[in-house]
Amino acid sequence: MSLTSQDIDRIANLARLTLQSAEAERMREQINGFFSIVEAMQAVDTTGIEPMAHPVAAIQDVQLRLREDVVNEPNNREANQQSAPAVERGLFLVPKVIE
Amino acid sequence: MTTVLHDMTVAELAAGLKAKTFSATEVAQHFVGRAQGDQTGSFLALNPETTLAQAKASDARIAAGQAGALEGVPLGHKDIFVTQDFPTTAGSKMLEGYRSPFDATLVRRLAEAGMVTVGKLSCDEFAMGSGNENCAYGPVKNPWDTSRVPGGSSGGSAAAIAARIVPAATGTDTGGSIRQPASFCGITGIKPTYGRASRYGMIAYASSLDQGGPMARTAQDCALLLSAMCGPDADRDSTSLDVPAEDFTASLNADLKGLRIGIPKEFFGEGLGADVRAAVDGALAELTRLGATLVPISLPRTELSIPVYYIIAPAEASSNLSRFDGVKFGHRAKDYTDLESMYKKSRAEGFGSEVKRRIMTGTYVLSHGYYDAYYLQAQKIRRMIADDFQNAFQQCDVIAGPVAPKVAWKLGENANDPVADYLADIFTLPASLAGLPGMSVPAGFGAHNMPVGLQLIGNYFKEAQLLNVAHRLQQATDFHLRKPEGI
Repeated sequence: MSLTSQDIDRIANLARLTLQSAEAERMREQINGFFSIVEAMQAVDTTGIEPMAHPVAAIQDVQLRLREDVVNEPNNREANQQSAPAVERGLFLVPKVIE
Repeated sequence: MTTVLHDMTVAELAAGLKAKTFSATEVAQHFVGRAQGDQTGSFLALNPETTLAQAKASDARIAAGQAGALEGVPLGHKDIFVTQDFPTTAGSKMLEGYRSPFDATLVRRLAEAGMVTVGKLSCDEFAMGSGNENCAYGPVKNPWDTSRVPGGSSGGSAAAIAARIVPAATGTDTGGSIRQPASFCGITGIKPTYGRASRYGMIAYASSLDQGGPMARTAQDCALLLSAMCGPDADRDSTSLDVPAEDFTASLNADLKGLRIGIPKEFFGEGLGADVRAAVDGALAELTRLGATLVPISLPRTELSIPVYYIIAPAEASSNLSRFDGVKFGHRAKDYTDLESMYKKSRAEGFGSEVKRRIMTGTYVLSHGYYDAYYLQAQKIRRMIADDFQNAFQQCDVIAGPVAPKVAWKLGENANDPVADYLADIFTLPASLAGLPGMSVPAGFGAHNMPVGLQLIGNYFKEAQLLNVAHRLQQATDFHLRKPEGI
């Protein structure tokens, strides 16, 4: 398996990253270099093995915790927006998306 | 009073503060002064006013007889933990100037135990790296040899402790980021069982692997901090386990007679440096003198842990880091034409190259048509790796081996070869994938007189046992007491 520059463009678009052409080319070489060590993984027979998401599931049943669907946060808008790039009247500003 | 403050352990500082031998303010002033003169580049943020205010509050609690377990003892926080009183960057330009509206749970718990924050410590950008060279604000120098890396990603934490700038620090370990820098800087660090210490407010890299833990000079100090850090965080962290906090100092002195230490043959193969091996063998010999027996074991999928980890972690990272879109926080590009170009340019400008590489890799392995072959296959092998450990623990109580194949490398040595860094993680990744507790304890010195750590891996929830083994080793050796020249 070897990624082409078209593959890199497609993935960069999915990842919402602008890559300059030299950067994209270096990225292509490095990711392909990495995938040379991934091949060993493909040869492993994993028939009947359950994928593991929470590691402690190796020894016990782990349920992801749910909490009651109730408001438990105070209104903290000012603090929450203090690091926003653009705010006006308590709203986050973004470029126009609907004509 | 002969020992200077910065040579004291957490335990000694806590005792001196309680006995009013010195005040929290005096201690804070001393360590802030050391941080201001820091030559290693360990700190990303200091705020002496806040630190001294916290110390003053500690002094008031001590005077009122309301001192917490670690009242007035200073520490630094890895800059991956969000803090209200200090900026948080995660070592990234993306978060330059970011101020969190809340404290991470671990930051809060350590403050509740009385600890005083000296500042925020450098790390690889979003904890992605093994040498702290991926920090957007510059590399950190290893105090043992300033031309070498301190390890990563908790490199600032390890270097600051080795340089006696703080007695303890928080770190996070996703694939070895507490253990490996601890080994490279000659200090002690433990990553508890995944889920034992809250991830709330720890900026997410790979959620199914990320785990915070303490770093300090001694196992006893790690035990003191870990006791304050663990316990369920039911409302804040959905993967936090219902396992109660524990006094990890209780069994530090337990006898090692009869302890079975598993020695995985895959950790002692040809990739292991002879110098590292000699130091590790020396520590193991010391443990046998203390009554332990060595049992040969096998962790047959050790090598596979590299591709498995470097599929799973980037996949989760690509999802976690999608939140950095230049809208609610973080960097926003100056020039853009529409929303999509704003996202793309903001992310391209804000992220460094290793972060972009992992986002790209993760996006690819999760994309349509590739998910089963890569991510799902990796998760299945992850279970096999976890099962291998359970088989091994049938024959032994703890597992021991090297932390890394070699001592700390030269700054810039792996700059054009990211895969070289990945391969060097081989001995720490298996325990990370299995979610097991692991630690690094100073075992001696290798090439160029650089520190070497012994890795100890325990079964789930056996942190106390690891700390016990490490503590007994430290009572029989003095590697953890050695100081880099000029410190």
